[in-house]
Amino acid sequence: MTVTLAPATTEAHTPHPSTPPASTARRRRWRPGLLAAGAYLILLVVAAVWPAVLAPGDPLAADPLGVLEAPSAAHWLGTDHLGRDVWTRVVHGAGHSLTIGVAATAIAVTGGVLLGLLAGLTHRLADETLSRAFDAISAFPILLLALLFIAVAGPGTVSLIIAIGVATLPHHARVVRGQTLLVRRAAYVEEAVTFGLSRPRLVARHVLPNVIGPVPVLAVIGLGEAIMIAAGLSFLGMGPQPPSPEWGAMLSEGRNYLQVAWWITVLPGVAVTATVVALTVVGRHWQTRFDGRQR
Amino acid sequence: MAPLLAVEDLHVDFDTPTGRVAAVRGISLTVERGECVAIVGESGSGKSVTARTLVGLAGPGASVRAARLDLAGQDVRGHRPRDWRRVRGRLAGLVLQDALVSLDPLRTVGAEIGEVLATHGIVGRRERAGRVTHLLDEVHLPEPERRARQYPHQLSGGLRQRALIASAIAGEPALLIADEPTTALDVTVQAQILRLLAERRAAGVSLLLISHDLAVVAQVADRVLVMRDGRIVEHGPTARLLRSPAHPYTRQLLAAVPSASSRGHRLAASAVAVGRDGGVARREALPARPEVRPNDTLLDAAGLTRRYGDHTVVRDVSFSIARGETLGLVGESGSGKSTLARIVAGLLAADTGAVTFENAQWSGVPERVRRPLRRRLQLISQDPLSSFDPRYRVAQVVGENLDPDVGRGDRRDQVVDLLRRVGLGPDLLDRHPRRLSGGQRQRVAIARAIAPRPSLIVCDEPVSALDVSVQAQVLDLLADLRATDGTALLFISHDLGVVHHLSDRVLVMHDGAVVEQGPVGDVFTYPRHDHTRSLLDALPTLVTAGRPQEVRP
Repeated sequence: MTVTLAPATTEAHTPHPSTPPASTARRRRWRPGLLAAGAYLILLVVAAVWPAVLAPGDPLAADPLGVLEAPSAAHWLGTDHLGRDVWTRVVHGAGHSLTIGVAATAIAVTGGVLLGLLAGLTHRLADETLSRAFDAISAFPILLLALLFIAVAGPGTVSLIIAIGVATLPHHARVVRGQTLLVRRAAYVEEAVTFGLSRPRLVARHVLPNVIGPVPVLAVIGLGEAIMIAAGLSFLGMGPQPPSPEWGAMLSEGRNYLQVAWWITVLPGVAVTATVVALTVVGRHWQTRFDGRQR
Repeated sequence: MAPLLAVEDLHVDFDTPTGRVAAVRGISLTVERGECVAIVGESGSGKSVTARTLVGLAGPGASVRAARLDLAGQDVRGHRPRDWRRVRGRLAGLVLQDALVSLDPLRTVGAEIGEVLATHGIVGRRERAGRVTHLLDEVHLPEPERRARQYPHQLSGGLRQRALIASAIAGEPALLIADEPTTALDVTVQAQILRLLAERRAAGVSLLLISHDLAVVAQVADRVLVMRDGRIVEHGPTARLLRSPAHPYTRQLLAAVPSASSRGHRLAASAVAVGRDGGVARREALPARPEVRPNDTLLDAAGLTRRYGDHTVVRDVSFSIARGETLGLVGESGSGKSTLARIVAGLLAADTGAVTFENAQWSGVPERVRRPLRRRLQLISQDPLSSFDPRYRVAQVVGENLDPDVGRGDRRDQVVDLLRRVGLGPDLLDRHPRRLSGGQRQRVAIARAIAPRPSLIVCDEPVSALDVSVQAQVLDLLADLRATDGTALLFISHDLGVVHHLSDRVLVMHDGAVVEQGPVGDVFTYPRHDHTRSLLDALPTLVTAGRPQEVRP
């Protein structure tokens, strides 16, 4: 079929005023995936803030008489090699993962926004220098970079947070820089000069707010990434040290018993995966909504 | 013999979340073999939906009902998508307004046309390349072999439209449906495309032309149907319809077309009266303007030149604008009009030359020096939406340009007052510009521009994106404002009719240079430069309506 015949799908992009409203119906449709992701995230926050609501037990309480027990009514998800309840540990681990993720993302976003704005708004030389620095950092695999940092600073939750924050910062900085350049050249910013605005006021009133707009969306998607990297690094023993119920560390501990007690590793693994997927689903949905609003 | 296309009582409804919307409410039309029929109407009249429905592309959520829907003797009601695919291209070809959107950006023009040939099995594989070249030659695309290997973005708007027409006629359809085929094009290019369409008709193809512009369809159509709110309000032979329109709406549409004869009058007729000549509605006179004294110079530009690389976009341009005067600036796209506008508005620096404004140095001075004068010179652009901060609502958009010293409470009152002056109600204050119509957006842009009471407004194609009747309202508004405020206008347009209607003097630009300037009547009545003449010749006018000589193939 030739494109001359304009299949109905191109209609959304045609700026023709007479085109019928085509996509509104689809946009409002109820989406179970989004709902499930949202529900999971709520559960996650509850687990992080009041873990006792979901799992009243002590995540560190060992029971030498009940090690490697299969899931049962007493232990929903069984016990690990020290007889600790897996469900309790996973629930209590949410706090660790979320704290590391949020703190690292906060560092990445704050630094990224500041450096990105600096690159996008100032002189070309500053832009070049910063952009090449971002390139250099991005050239390393994030995991490797974080590993390098921890090797120097020593393992622990704080250095894990800083490492992930710094490693994911260039991504945010680049997006912000690109957005800044875009907004700077937008007609509404250019023509705002004719209102007699001084440059600082123009930047504060029209550039900054429009650059910052998409950042929360990016942060949500970035949070998922940060949590995944955190789990990976803890698995390698670079994060919170045992006996902390951190998901990555739990995976690492349970790995030796995979053949006899799969439940020790499966649930922390599912928790990490589900968290990343849920954050991405919600983030993407938000992003689509945001893009639609921009257009 | 039965007509090629016969439609009786066609209804098209769309299901939307807010309920069922009737886009087409029972229209009937026929197109004979070799005939050209035009549907004229504003945006939202249902004309495009009609065109799409006739080739089975009414869109998702559309329900189509008709008492009769015959295409080349075939009842196409109840056609399924696969049946439609046989109809499209073979029986009916569709040409849309924006060729850049309609053509596949990742395929060469030749591949695009070749696919039509392959799909419908017009010619064998071996002859296909030759056939493509032949088709491109048919639509007068220069150097067809080379063009066939190019991608849509490498072609200019006019050439793209030709390539699109070539792909539409590749399947040798008996009916060609063209939806606003020339709306995005310059006058001279538009004239070429219209000539091309007329040629296809001479070759025996029937045409169904969809347009909002009566002057355009008058050039080629045998019969015209005027559509409004999904219904046909009037139809008849082109000459008869233009000479003695029976329906008030047709008269209103005709009266809305700006031209030499509409000077000094309102375009949007509030009460449409039948003229004594039986034709066009009588127009109300515009309010008197303060007298323009030619020596009272407001802005003076001398020797402006601007280069981009080794391409000179503006070449030694000099002109002046008197206080309260309207200076028209015409030229085709790429002639440097918009660059000149940006230099005058102080958004772009000229390489050489100087601008003085309000007796002060305006170009080549630091922004700090210029800032106090900024508010005296305002800008209105073609696309108002892109000139509004996307986060802002109407009240903020307009309020932003008020005097910074105005208090919060007064601010809202003043915005309401400004909106009233441009004919908008206070109910729009908290609306987002995205939710407004094109005409309303342009009014908001005008309200913002007049907020600081400027002495000069640079209007860069302010009505080019609007329908004829909305354009009429906006032009009337500008005329009213300059009468009450004594504001001077630098009015840029590619539409000579619009410029003729509004301007006192006119500059004609070509390839970055001013080729002719003077009082608008003199320049347009006795053009001295060849380029002005060719622009005027290309202009479709209602005066030459009917069966004009110059567009015959």
